[in-house]
Amino acid sequence: MPHDHHDHGHDHGHDHLSPSGHPFRADNDAPLTYWQTMEIAVRELLIEKGVTTAAEVQAQIEAMDARSPANGAAVVARAWTDPAFKARLLADASPAVREMGFDIGPLKLVAVENTDTVHNVIVCTLCSCYPRNLLGLPPDWYKTREYRSRTVKEPRKVLAEFGVDLPDSVTVRVHDSTADMRYLVVPARPAGTEGMDEAALAALVTRDSMIGTGLPRRPA
Amino acid sequence: MAEPGQRVRVARMMPPGHVRAPAYLRGKTGVIERRLGAFGNPEKLAYGLPAEPRDLFRVRFTMAEVWGAEAGHPADTIDAEIYEHWLEPVTGETGDAA
Repeated sequence: MPHDHHDHGHDHGHDHLSPSGHPFRADNDAPLTYWQTMEIAVRELLIEKGVTTAAEVQAQIEAMDARSPANGAAVVARAWTDPAFKARLLADASPAVREMGFDIGPLKLVAVENTDTVHNVIVCTLCSCYPRNLLGLPPDWYKTREYRSRTVKEPRKVLAEFGVDLPDSVTVRVHDSTADMRYLVVPARPAGTEGMDEAALAALVTRDSMIGTGLPRRPA
Repeated sequence: MAEPGQRVRVARMMPPGHVRAPAYLRGKTGVIERRLGAFGNPEKLAYGLPAEPRDLFRVRFTMAEVWGAEAGHPADTIDAEIYEHWLEPVTGETGDAA
């Protein structure tokens, strides 16, 4: 609802709105926080002392930014088309993902499969653990107190708000990433995808379907 | 100790510091879903202390066990990773954990 500004009311005018009708976003003019200053100090010291270089720092940022849900989608599509791979993935996901050529570093991954009778959803109630080494950065809502607290208490209501309505015949399994493992949901393969190749199937796999808050796209 | 299928209870202690056993599961009983291997104790790692390896388990709890009468769907489950030193064996009880 980008142009739905009823909440703002008209009593205080539109001085705080841009010409396009959006509120101006505050500039980040606040002074650096303690930890921001600490990060800069440590980084500059490491570079000065020759432990690392600015180019290495930049390369690592670019490597992190290059990871995306497309990596996970390729894994899911392989699982949908190769039963032996799916068995290896569900038994021990990290080596299965590495065998596809993904560099996931020290990631310890658990893959959980959605079926006709089980729907899995992932949360980290303590912080924001997420399989970043495979899927990239988590969505902002994944890190909110609301998602983290409600998903373990009323997962079906949370899922319904994401548009996933589950019948009572389906058991919901919430996975709280409390320690060293990270989780990947293998969504159920949609009907009507028989004969599609791996690349076409991967295009159906959304980020949210691998968190469990969504379902794969239906074939066009 | 614990093997898959065994019933365990999360200790009800509330120590200060960096703890990965979530408070909402303390005192709750579940079933070992799988053994994950040994990892450095995060309660030491967080402070840069030598961290002894601790076995880590995935434990499955029913919504009924965790939330009682407030559980909308009692048979739905929560799986969480819990370290061995937070788990107590449960004997002589029958449970409903899936």
